[in-house]
Amino acid sequence: MATSETGQDFTLDTAAELASEERGRGIEGKSPWFLAWRRLRRNWIGLGFLLIFVLIVAGCLLAPVYAAHVSHQGVNDTNVGGTITVNGKKVDVVSSGGVTVGANGQLKVKPGGVPIGPQWWHAGGRYVLGADSLGRDIATRILYGGENSLQVGIVSAAICAFVAIVLALLAGYYGGVLDWVITRFFDLIWAFPVILLGIALGTALAINGFHHFGINLSGSSLWIPTFVISYVYIPYLARPLRGQILSLRQTEFVEASVAQGASPLRIMFSELLPNIASSILVLFTLIVANTILTEAALSFLGAGVQPPNPSWGTLISAGQTTIVTAPWLSVAPGIAIVLTVLSLNAFGDALRDALDPRAKVRIEH
Amino acid sequence: MLAFLLRRVFGMVVVLAVVSFIVYLVFVKIPGGDPAQRIAGRTATQANIVAIRDKLSLDQPFYVQWYKMMQQLFTGKLISYTDQLSVVGQIWQGLPVTFSLSLGAAVIWLFFGVLVGVISAVTAGRLSDRLITVLALIGVSMPVFWLGIILRYGLAERNSLFPDGGYVALTSNPLQWFYHLLLPWVTLAVLFIGFYGRVLRSNILDTINEDYVRTARAKGLSARRVLIKHALRNSLIPIVTLFGLDFAAVLGGGAILTETVYDLHGVGFYARTAIGNLDLPPLMGVTLYGAFFIVFFSTLVDVVYAWLDPRIRVR
Repeated sequence: MATSETGQDFTLDTAAELASEERGRGIEGKSPWFLAWRRLRRNWIGLGFLLIFVLIVAGCLLAPVYAAHVSHQGVNDTNVGGTITVNGKKVDVVSSGGVTVGANGQLKVKPGGVPIGPQWWHAGGRYVLGADSLGRDIATRILYGGENSLQVGIVSAAICAFVAIVLALLAGYYGGVLDWVITRFFDLIWAFPVILLGIALGTALAINGFHHFGINLSGSSLWIPTFVISYVYIPYLARPLRGQILSLRQTEFVEASVAQGASPLRIMFSELLPNIASSILVLFTLIVANTILTEAALSFLGAGVQPPNPSWGTLISAGQTTIVTAPWLSVAPGIAIVLTVLSLNAFGDALRDALDPRAKVRIEH
Repeated sequence: MLAFLLRRVFGMVVVLAVVSFIVYLVFVKIPGGDPAQRIAGRTATQANIVAIRDKLSLDQPFYVQWYKMMQQLFTGKLISYTDQLSVVGQIWQGLPVTFSLSLGAAVIWLFFGVLVGVISAVTAGRLSDRLITVLALIGVSMPVFWLGIILRYGLAERNSLFPDGGYVALTSNPLQWFYHLLLPWVTLAVLFIGFYGRVLRSNILDTINEDYVRTARAKGLSARRVLIKHALRNSLIPIVTLFGLDFAAVLGGGAILTETVYDLHGVGFYARTAIGNLDLPPLMGVTLYGAFFIVFFSTLVDVVYAWLDPRIRVR
């Protein structure tokens, strides 16, 4: 423990506290993964955030069910002239506007085109989070948009992780010229600001799509932001992993494996990879948090998910123009992003504490 | 030292040349189709397209094309095809805005980031630390542009406590300059405050356990003195690297989201307008401009490190 003799209480993170409690009995004969799981199990805050994330993912996957049975409105269904019944009264979904004469003869001007605000459950599940200026149901759109945002975020993180692991293994195992070439490649991606590189690629590809090497993607395909985002994050994941492999390469068990005549492939996948698995798991969680934020930023700027596909970023962007009359249009999808990213960051921290209390893996912006 | 310096500067030039080549590939080669038509944008006339094909020598080999593009960019002849203005001139015009925004935000995030990190580390485990940890986590989880929209709506549009976006030049009215930039500064700084606070906290907690810190305590130095003179000093080294790179990224157009939200017509805003029009020459210019700052600052960080720590020069 870090407590000094003078009573100055410089305690370490929760991780070290947890680890110190386990000293002695109870550890013997247990696998590191079991010990990690036991530590994680006791961190109910971390698990709570995991639950939030799982609920968000489940909610977004159930978007069609929500649209069919709760909001009774599809993702792109407009409802400009429609009315809904709130507490027994008929209310316009999008106010028609007009001038009425009040009781004392005063003229009252009602602004037209203002959509209905959040109804919570007063309208029987319709317009829970309000409508946009075309009368579309915001809650439905956020769930469908979340499906796209999460899909782009998770798939791009997975592609990024795969490429980063392979590059880090090659660079760290072979070293020499190959290592030099691969690290220079990381330096090159690193030389661009993430957002700017994402925008440049996203915009250039959104014009005609991508038609090379037998791959044909149209400009509005979800794969374009997915690939762009996975590409810009490769060095953020691969650099720390390469460093770990370089030091593992010097250890006795790898040397023993070489001496036994194991092939490079075998050493990479059954000696090195399991030893960086815990770092990969933590970094992956944190990378997903970042890819979701980047997707939102690119879509907000018009270089990510292309309309009519909704995503959390495009929803915020669309709501920005009517922020004064209908603030919920931008606020609600933003809260969805914050909750998702926060739960991933918090769970990533808990995971790191549980897997390796002294690890210093983190994503640098 | 001189040899090291020359080596780094040479490396920087090589990296920039390669970076410019990548920019060429991204904008001219990867998308496929007729590059001239694409560069000319949506509103191009046939004359525009022919002019571009001729200017960029698109019928010549790729290295000639790349050379022509660079030549255009550096002589200021690369013009946007929607408003026909020089790309370099427009970037130059946006510089004061972007620099004002970046400098002010950097001061705020560095000061509060270090403050938050130190408080959190010193009171580790107590309520203030837990509170800061939660707030920092929320800070790094918020999309910058969303925070900007909410702050602008709440503080400038609903209750006009702050001006509703826009930029006033420092030279014309320093007070209004400050007043107009305060919200954008805070918006841009929040993410970094949370991030630096978290990094610094864990660095300090690691350093506190080092032998030399214990020695300093054993010598009888006060806890405060040990913290500031011994622990903090070493813990700040990674922060210096982070700051150098983050500041470069923000200067180099990374503040595009904040500039967009607050209608600050800086370099990032210029790029944002270009995206809307699918206008490639400005994006090309801004991307290269941003890469220049990052490469320049990372070289600078290396040189400062080498100056501080002679061991690095040998490598």
